[in-house]
Amino acid sequence: MKCLVTGGNVKVLGKAVHSLSRIGDELYLEPLEDGLSLRTVNSSRSAYACFLFAPLFFQQYQVATSGQDPLRCKILMKSFLSVFRSLAMLEKTVDKCCISLNGRSSRLVVQLHCKYGVRKTHNLSFQDCESLQAVFDPALCPHVLRAPARVLGEAVLPFPPALAEVTLGIGHGRRVILRSYQEEEADSTVKAMVTEMSIGEEDFQQLQAQEGVAITFCLKELRVRLPAHTHHPVLPACPGPGLTALPLPSQGLLSFAESANLSLSIHFDAPGRPAIFAIEDSLLNGHFVLATLSEPYPHSQDLRSPELCRPAPQLQAHSTPLLDDFANDDIDSYMIAMETTVGCEGSRALPSLSLPPGLQPPCSPGPHSEEEEDEDEPSTVPGTPPPKKFRSLFFGSILAPAHSPQGPRPVLAEDSEGEG
Amino acid sequence: MKFRAKIVDAACLNHFTRVSNMIAKLAKICTLRISPDKLNFILSDKLASGGVSMWCELEQENFFSEFQMEGISAANNEIYLELTSENLSRALKTAQNARALKIKLTNKHYPCLTVSIELLSVSSSSRIVTHDIPVKVIPRRLWKDLQEPTVPDSDVSIYLPVLKTMKSVVEKMKNISNHLIIEANLNGELNLKIETELVCVTTHFKDLGNPPLASENASQARNPEQMAEVHIDIRKLLQFLAGQQANPTKAVCNIVNNKIVHFDLLHEDVSLQYFIPALS
Repeated sequence: MKCLVTGGNVKVLGKAVHSLSRIGDELYLEPLEDGLSLRTVNSSRSAYACFLFAPLFFQQYQVATSGQDPLRCKILMKSFLSVFRSLAMLEKTVDKCCISLNGRSSRLVVQLHCKYGVRKTHNLSFQDCESLQAVFDPALCPHVLRAPARVLGEAVLPFPPALAEVTLGIGHGRRVILRSYQEEEADSTVKAMVTEMSIGEEDFQQLQAQEGVAITFCLKELRVRLPAHTHHPVLPACPGPGLTALPLPSQGLLSFAESANLSLSIHFDAPGRPAIFAIEDSLLNGHFVLATLSEPYPHSQDLRSPELCRPAPQLQAHSTPLLDDFANDDIDSYMIAMETTVGCEGSRALPSLSLPPGLQPPCSPGPHSEEEEDEDEPSTVPGTPPPKKFRSLFFGSILAPAHSPQGPRPVLAEDSEGEG
Repeated sequence: MKFRAKIVDAACLNHFTRVSNMIAKLAKICTLRISPDKLNFILSDKLASGGVSMWCELEQENFFSEFQMEGISAANNEIYLELTSENLSRALKTAQNARALKIKLTNKHYPCLTVSIELLSVSSSSRIVTHDIPVKVIPRRLWKDLQEPTVPDSDVSIYLPVLKTMKSVVEKMKNISNHLIIEANLNGELNLKIETELVCVTTHFKDLGNPPLASENASQARNPEQMAEVHIDIRKLLQFLAGQQANPTKAVCNIVNNKIVHFDLLHEDVSLQYFIPALS
């Protein structure tokens, strides 16, 4: 495999890697006929992200050197990210970036051709692996929201950076509502502030959902870091004290989409079924798939409730307990099957099924990848799994450790979705 | 009990935001007292705050275009709410580009102060951000602990120097010792001192001026050169100074020898009183 990225696309590639880095610790790189696919999944398997860069994105794109099978590899996210760590540097000094996979030396070579004849070569070791593929289909989701990324970026600004989960839904008057989600702890005496953002239907390019539908997902995986970046096109003046002079270490999906002036589509279904966040343009597309909470929502989360601001009646001496009980651990989450068998498509499969030898993975037509932007988490522990309520999207571990080259079967059920 | 108020003027909104930012820096949890004419942010001198107390007062009509309240009863027409100050300042932070801001006392499963902000938007539809700040209603029997503190008869009363300068001095001193001596006299001199085994550092502020004294007797009795001093915890002074973002319109420091230091500030039309007790 060999591909050459030039000019401004180097930074775009770098930004994509930054957003992927917030999700998982390992990057799955796979050159396909449709383009270069970069994928990752988080440790608890509740978030999956994938970018696909079309061949046109590259000045030169060669899937496989003749005679060789296309390689699939898995690299440490940290290593790959270190090549693209400073986006400012990429923009200013890098002219070209060449990525090549050499099966013989089992090294992924990333070479940055910089100004003044400087050439930086990174040799990253990789592991052979199965193809990481989540089975999901945005077309199967009954509800769709689509808006310029800027709208959604502005929508999440009022929420505190530390907020984990948020509920997105359609409220009264077909307004799109984002509300902070609080996990109910029975013994909590200190209640947290609840923030809600309500956006009119007119701000959306597409709104296909009924009033009352809502899903709850982890906002951190999508989140824009506090805007210190000048690339943001239009943002409300928000001189928060949190802004520092430090460069953004990584960007979320929302800011990636904003800086590329793209629209973000959100495809979702019933609570518990994964939500798909997608961006697309002629040169690339991205999909981030997030697990959603499957519990019934408490009254406070009922987005259809009439005008929330009621004049306070005689206040009780102590507050009435919330009616819904969240102590229930037995959550019936929907899980996306991570297929490890070729034969099973679109259905749940156990990872331990053995594949008949010799089966080639079907050529997947541009898999839709979910893009997720991760909020830059205050904690430095990478890949901190989200709370237990988000059960794994995938059954168990879908990724067998690297064995001998013949060991891992070419994975994956073909992507059941049709042409995007 | 009822409370609803509205701000439509951008300058008032910014001013109110600045006040809440200041309160958030001075007290993690404070009491908001709502009365027909005023709003007060109160920190009472309980052990939890280390004996520090604060009384901040603003006239509601300087901020709100609409203001309605009904207290606990006709005789006690006031509302006392306990809240986490940072929640209010965070809520107001989103009001940077607001068309209007409404605050209401609501009951959504538990009592809340609901801040509802209508944002300016390029499109025809407005965007509304709502923050529900959980509050605790303070019962009538506890109100007596939350009254305006009486200003003590001070030994010395002096105008403060530029607070930013004071803050940077105190910040550096904090690294050397936790124990600070603040002293002043009626000759316009104020000193900040720290003393350790190895080193003593004093910063002298001169020509500060003293406010006119209340009674003539006091001024004659006291030697203008004589310093009144209080030993305080330097971190409390630093917290107070850090909360002042702009230089106040008026800033007076009253010292009761070895008892308490009282700061009396006026930020435009908002008054702030802050008491730091002597170290025991």
